[in-house]
Amino acid sequence: MTAPPDDCLARNEWVCGAYLSSRRHILWDAALQHVQLTAVSVLIGLVLALPLALAARRWHWAAGPVLGVTTILYTIPSLAMFSLLLPVYGLSASLVVAGLVLYSLTLLVRNILAGLRAVPEDTRQAARGMGYGPVRLLVAVELPLALPAAMAGLRIATVSAVSLVTIGAIVGYGGLGNLIYAGMNTYFKAQVLTASVLCVVIAVAADLLLLLLQRLLTPWTRSRS
Amino acid sequence: MNTLTDAWSWLTTSAHWHGQDGIWTRLGQHLYLTVVCLLASCLIALPVALFLGHIGKGGALAVNISNVGRAVPTFAVLVLLLLTPVGRWGEGPTIVALVLFAVPPLLTNAYVGMREVDQDVVRAARGMGMTGRQMLLRVEMPLALPLILTGVRIAAVQLVATATIAALAGGGGLGRIITAGFNLASTAQVVAGAVLVAAFALIVEGLFEAAQRLAPGRLGLRAGGTA
Repeated sequence: MTAPPDDCLARNEWVCGAYLSSRRHILWDAALQHVQLTAVSVLIGLVLALPLALAARRWHWAAGPVLGVTTILYTIPSLAMFSLLLPVYGLSASLVVAGLVLYSLTLLVRNILAGLRAVPEDTRQAARGMGYGPVRLLVAVELPLALPAAMAGLRIATVSAVSLVTIGAIVGYGGLGNLIYAGMNTYFKAQVLTASVLCVVIAVAADLLLLLLQRLLTPWTRSRS
Repeated sequence: MNTLTDAWSWLTTSAHWHGQDGIWTRLGQHLYLTVVCLLASCLIALPVALFLGHIGKGGALAVNISNVGRAVPTFAVLVLLLLTPVGRWGEGPTIVALVLFAVPPLLTNAYVGMREVDQDVVRAARGMGMTGRQMLLRVEMPLALPLILTGVRIAAVQLVATATIAALAGGGGLGRIITAGFNLASTAQVVAGAVLVAAFALIVEGLFEAAQRLAPGRLGLRAGGTA
């Protein structure tokens, strides 16, 4: 029998270059799955949140239930949320996405609604006086003005989603969470630390990217500050 | 629908409520972890936040710590702690992770609450000859109380959620019913555990909500806070 190689993998060190180079593909695939799960969930959340926020603003009676239900959903711990969806979706990526969509709804609906409500009445009337119809008023005036608040919600929702994807490991679709889960069971320090750091890196990168997007979309806010 | 009736019959089987892995034991663990860690994190976060808010410094730290807390996955921190020497000390990783995640909302809300106190009132208090300590205890803290309590509520809900995730890393609490269900491939038990956890979290949130509403006058005025 040959002696085991005396490298950082064999010594189970926290920081290990050999791990990075030998498991590059596994890390890349996990990170890719992580980003995909996050992006798909937040996008679906956004598509659902906009009509909900508009309905809550349009009809007074709808605001209470919409905000109430999304707040209740947000209170449910993530492990329980994924487990409650198990009978509906089975062990699948859709289960993780569905759970994350429900979480992002709360933040997105609240922030879009706050943004729409903050549009000054004078602005609205000026647009109407200029002959804007309700649709054009919404698209050309109200939504752009609500954008900073909506983007703030989107950033929080995205960062939270990146962190919550890891819990998806319980059903095998947790992106980097899978590596953390597997690393926990085998006491593989380098894998747990690397995957955890990558999670934070993805979260920070997504946040900065959205901030950049917001700056590009709302050039008028920069001259003021 | 079948799963729901299965979950219901799992919940109504009295054998599942008693014993070492029973629901009562897990509920007790969950409650114990939540209460102990809430007290510990209040003892850590509130004095710091009140002091920083009083002297008006460290605002960037107090506000950004919440954002950092959001970006760091709870599960990752739990597993990292489990692999350090803390992991050998029973519930150690769970308790440390719980406190770490409860501190940011407490700190941020208490700090913002202190800074939002009307500066005219603070100046008037100083003009009346109050010492710094009197101003803190009799003027600033009472006025900041609604937001401080909002922080406590967010922290408590966060603690319940984190204690659930602790089960993934082998900790106690109600989450263990869910993870055990996954290991047994019993959807009924997974769903039953999830219902228990969700109900527990909603009850905690509801109790704080009710407490804030019932508390005298001004406490209920500002329920909104920053997570």
